[in-house]
Formats: sequence, structure tokens, C-alpha cells
Amino acid sequence: MRWAVVDSWTIARRDFARWARQPGPVVVSLLFPVLIVLMFGYLFGGAMAVPGGGGYREFLMPGMFAMTMLFGIETTMLAVSTDAARGVTDRFRSMPMAPSAVVAGRSIADLVNSAAGLAIMIGCGLLIGWRAHGTAGETLVAIGLLLLLRFAVLWVGIYLGLVVSGPEWVAAVQILVWPVSFLASTFVPPDTMPGWLGAVAEWNPLSPTVSALRELFGNPGAGGDSWVSRHSLLMAIVWPVVILAVFLPLSVRRYQRLGR
Amino acid sequence: MTSTQLAVLAEGLRKGYGDTTALDGFDLAVPAGTVCGLLGPNGAGKTTAVRILATLLRPDAGVAVVAGLDVVRQARQVRRRIGLVGQHAAVEEALSGRQNLELFGRLYHLDAAAAARRAGELLEEFGLADTGRRAVGTYSGGLRRRLDLAASMILAPRVLFLDEPTTGLDPRGRNEVWAAVRSLVAGGTTVLLTTQYLDEADRLAGRIAVIDRGRVIAEGTPDELKSRIGGDRIDVVLRDGAALPAAAGIIGRICRVAPDVDPDTRRISAPVRERMSTLGAVLSELSAAHIEAEDVALRRPTLDEAFLHITGTGGVAA
Repeated sequence: MRWAVVDSWTIARRDFARWARQPGPVVVSLLFPVLIVLMFGYLFGGAMAVPGGGGYREFLMPGMFAMTMLFGIETTMLAVSTDAARGVTDRFRSMPMAPSAVVAGRSIADLVNSAAGLAIMIGCGLLIGWRAHGTAGETLVAIGLLLLLRFAVLWVGIYLGLVVSGPEWVAAVQILVWPVSFLASTFVPPDTMPGWLGAVAEWNPLSPTVSALRELFGNPGAGGDSWVSRHSLLMAIVWPVVILAVFLPLSVRRYQRLGR
Repeated sequence: MTSTQLAVLAEGLRKGYGDTTALDGFDLAVPAGTVCGLLGPNGAGKTTAVRILATLLRPDAGVAVVAGLDVVRQARQVRRRIGLVGQHAAVEEALSGRQNLELFGRLYHLDAAAAARRAGELLEEFGLADTGRRAVGTYSGGLRRRLDLAASMILAPRVLFLDEPTTGLDPRGRNEVWAAVRSLVAGGTTVLLTTQYLDEADRLAGRIAVIDRGRVIAEGTPDELKSRIGGDRIDVVLRDGAALPAAAGIIGRICRVAPDVDPDTRRISAPVRERMSTLGAVLSELSAAHIEAEDVALRRPTLDEAFLHITGTGGVAA
């Protein structure tokens, strides 16, 4: 057990060392969501009306935080599939280290990466006028929900990275991540969509987190009449837990099946 | 030979993926301290065999013992005694060679000081000491593969598996890797290497196992395998390609077999039974027929010829 922890940390440190020596790619990937914030906040924001009033950028930021977490799926999948394709995973598996460390180390590194990304996004939000109006406790709960979401999609990323034949598949997932981000309460309130589409958007695993954040931060546009909108805090926990319950065992099984 | 003197023992290994059979009764015995070359075409099952022996893959049937330990039931202990260098360099490109070795050292459960010390020793030993802080991404192919070898030697394993260690390297890189492997063998490591290159097996391996369609179809020293295809051969290269049919007729009559004729190189090649008398007869009859030879040579068959012969006839009893 002790080695499982130590080895996971060593695997995670491999990523930290890479970021330190080659900061370019990681900096670009962390700044990309900032670009989207600026684009939507200023380019499209003027045409957006938030139900119940309130500034669009205040409405937008919780959606951007959650979307940044969802984007992490690509980071994880890229790292896992690259290691597998380059023989790094096999090499680790032929060594006397804890077998769980390869994926556990990956999840540590990616969570740290996402926490840094989140800090940058919060800084960006503060610069463009977004504020957390709730208590410090509410703000911490909100950040916890975001990291929970990230932890859940991390295992989706690990599973996909182990299933695909190589890193070139990440591009396909990249394309799919966009509609998932948009078909949610991220950029526009689901109330403004056609009825059936709005329902899909409200049940999107991303939406409860976004709505819960808007409540916890005291940002506009949190409400909604549907059951899922009225229970956004509950669903912001249930959805990630369901995703974890599906993809964590799947990933572990897939990893073990590499030896079959 | 008892199992303790055998570094690698495989008996009746079978492995299938769906409809395809990768290994079909694979047997191999590698004595400790030797180099065994596993030679075969793409898809013959070389990599599958190595992956099973290196604990990465479970066999469907059969037994494999490495360093005296069962690779399935005692996988964890086997991993402390083996090194694996796969077809891709499994090192982190953004880091320096030293950082990579220290990282592997930690994963082999050395403490920070021991990992740093071992990294220094290995950099020295594999001629990587002057790479300094340079990122591995800037290394040449041969250098990278040497670092990969060094990383597999952290615990000085008893058995080292090299899966096509020089695939994709230029001639200089291959020479560098060969030299590194030779020095490991001199240090007592048992090496099992897979290769598609016959000259690589010829140069590095004391014994060669030829694998085809998932089983070993011939096994022996390079010389033994070469002699399987009928001993020495005579090669005659003509000055004038027009004389090829006439010369082939003469050589065929003397050697009592239809010779191989290659019009592009104007070369005629045939197996010979008695070296000197055949050589004398060929030379005198060619000159009597006024056929000029650019080169005449008696030689041992190449491993290429042995390989084609063995795989082409579907197997020769070892």
C-alpha cells in the first residue's frame, strides 16, 4: 500500500518535471479557456440576455469553470494513449512497481493540472468583473464540486485513452466535447431553447454543476422550474459519482485486461 | 541442464487473439549468461513470446519460467529480476537522461540518494555522461535506445529482454546499441533479443531460435543453422551477362544441381560438396569455354539463405 502511494507520486512527478522543462504546451492548454471566456464574454456577450437580469459575464463564468473541467478529458486521454502507444505503459507494467500507480499517478497529475487551470480561470473571471458573492464556505463547496467533476471525467479520459489505438483518437473526442459543452446551461439558459432541447441540456451532466455554481457564487441565471434544475446541488454530486461508478471500474478492468 | 542454470524456460506456450494464433506451442530454453536471438518475420510471434516472458501477457496455455520463477504465479518477483526494452524508447522526451534514470530508479524503489547514484553510474557505463541536461528529445536514435537500455539495468537484472532493439536506427546507432548489449553480456546478463535482422542475430547471439507461425522451427548456433542448408557455396560473377546461360550450364553440370542465377549482378551461385576439386573444375572449364569471371569465391551460406531455407521448407527438426 505504501508503495502504491509512493509510486503514484513518482509517476505524477514525471508530469510535473515535464511541465517545468517544457512549459509551452501546458501553458497554451491552460490559457485556451481564457480565450473562450474573452470570446463569449465580449464578442457574443452583448447579444445575450440573462433571465432575471444580471450581467452575462457573471452568468458565463460558472459555465466556463465547469467547461474547463470537462476539457480535462482530452488532457487525460492524450497522456494515457500516448504512454500506451509509446510503450511507456508496458515498460511500467514490466517493473516491480505498484500496478495501480500508473493510473493513480495520472489522476494526481491531472488533478493538479486542472486545479492550476481553475486558478487561472478564477483570476481571469475576477479581471473581467465576475465575483463570488457567497460565503467562503460556499465558494469552497463550489470549487470542490468542480474538482469532483474533473475527477469523474478524468476516469472517462483514462478509459478512452486505454481503449483507443493511439493518441490520434483524441481529435475525435475533442470534436465531441464541444457539443457536450454547448448543449448545457454553460453559455445560454436552457429555458431559451426549444422545449425538448432544453430538457436535454438540463439533464446534461455538466448543467447541474453549472447551476449549483451559480447558486453558490450568487451569480445570475441559476433557477429553473424542472426537477433537475431545482435539485442542481444534489445532481452536481450524483452525476460525477455515477460517472465514476461506471468508468473507474471499467478503467481498472481495462488496465488489468492489458495482460490478457 | 537443471532449471536453475536456465535463465529462460518456455514450454508449450500458447496464445491466441480471437481467431488468430500468435503462439502455438512455443518452446525455448536459454542458459544463464548467454545471448539468445529470437529470429522471425513480422507476425511470427516474437513480440508475443517476449511479452509473456516479461509478465505483460498471460499465456493461454503452457509454462514459462524466468530466473527460476513462474511468470504468471510469481510475476511480481520476476519483475525484480528482468529488464525490458521494447520497440519504442519508453523514456520521457522532455526530461534529461539523468532525470529519466532517477525517475526509473525511484520506481524500482531506490531512495532518492541511491537513485541519483545509480543514475550517475549508468550514465557513465552507457557512455551518456556528456549528455548533461539536454532533453532526451534532442538525442539521436542510438543514444535514446542506450538510455532505454540503461533504464532497464537499474537493478542489474539477471535477464534482459530486448524486443527489436535496433529497429529504426541508422547503422551507427545499431553499432552503438550492439556495443552496449555486448558489454552487458560480458557483465553476465542473460539476453533474449528478438530481431528481424539476420546479421544482428549473427553478431550478438550465441544461439538462435528461428520462430515462424508461433513456434520455434529451428534452433542452434549461427554456424549450425548455416550448415543446415547444405554447406558451402560457390559464387561466380561474370564479366559479360550474355555468357550467363553457358556458365550456368557448366556450373550446374559440375555441382550436379541447377544453380541460382541472378542476371542483375551477373552472379551464379550453387552449393558445392568438395570445395577444392569443384573450384578447380569450375575455373578450368570456364576458361576453356572463354568465359571471363570477375570474381569466383567459395563461401559459407549467409544466415539469410539459412533463414529462407528453414522458413521456406516449413521447418527442419532441431
